[in-house]
Amino acid sequence: MDRGRRKALQSGSRVTLLALLAAAGWLPPEASRAQSWNKTAFDAHSLADTMHALGGAEPAPSKDVTFFQTPEIAENGAVVPVGISSAVPNTEAIAILIEKNPNMLAAVFDIPPGTEPTITTRVKMAQTCNIYALVKADGKYYVASKEVKVTLGGCGG
Amino acid sequence: MPDPMKIRATLTGDTTEVKVLMNHEMETGQRKDAQGKVIPAWFIQNVSVTWNAKTVLSAQWGTAIAKNPFVSFKFKGGAKGDKITITWVDSRAEKRTDEATIA
Repeated sequence: MDRGRRKALQSGSRVTLLALLAAAGWLPPEASRAQSWNKTAFDAHSLADTMHALGGAEPAPSKDVTFFQTPEIAENGAVVPVGISSAVPNTEAIAILIEKNPNMLAAVFDIPPGTEPTITTRVKMAQTCNIYALVKADGKYYVASKEVKVTLGGCGG
Repeated sequence: MPDPMKIRATLTGDTTEVKVLMNHEMETGQRKDAQGKVIPAWFIQNVSVTWNAKTVLSAQWGTAIAKNPFVSFKFKGGAKGDKITITWVDSRAEKRTDEATIA
């Protein structure tokens, strides 16, 4: 048997698997984590498409996912503070989706073990709409939403 | 070289709180200039925070993160004097890495 060829085939399939995982983007392998960016998910326009691109099934509404430091009314849509906290055990990732932005997905944060599933950041909002907090825990998806009223939009000019 | 980040890392009990303010335009690709031409998108895509060679947070961002992005989070562990390293990569493949000491 041609051992060289065997080896090449083996390593070849391993590379493909890595590439697939990296392309999935949601939880890429440690090595490529810093470089990967899930273009499909960030280009998606609807909740269903974004979920699909992130590799998730229908998310379950959850009371364990909460917002804090998030205003009811944001005067300036260009800077809206958002804080999201997850009480779901084994939270692996938190994503922020903004319903009526040109692209729904704003950010995906991977939470390694040891890091608290609580994130604060600032986002842009085109208009009054719901913000969704999507949480991945133990391979399942949970979602919570909050409506934020925007007086001045943050996208377009 | 892009402007440096402002990083503050404080230890309370056994948790370290990290607050970071980055300097970046975060151009959405939706805006137009005075001539009506679309200003191309330019934004941070990847952020990673490491402590003792361990990744404590990594993120993928889209254009909807506000200009001069701010992030805060907490992780278990850390000691006064430990180094926190934060790196971002934007859509033009520009990079910026900054370090801070836990206080």
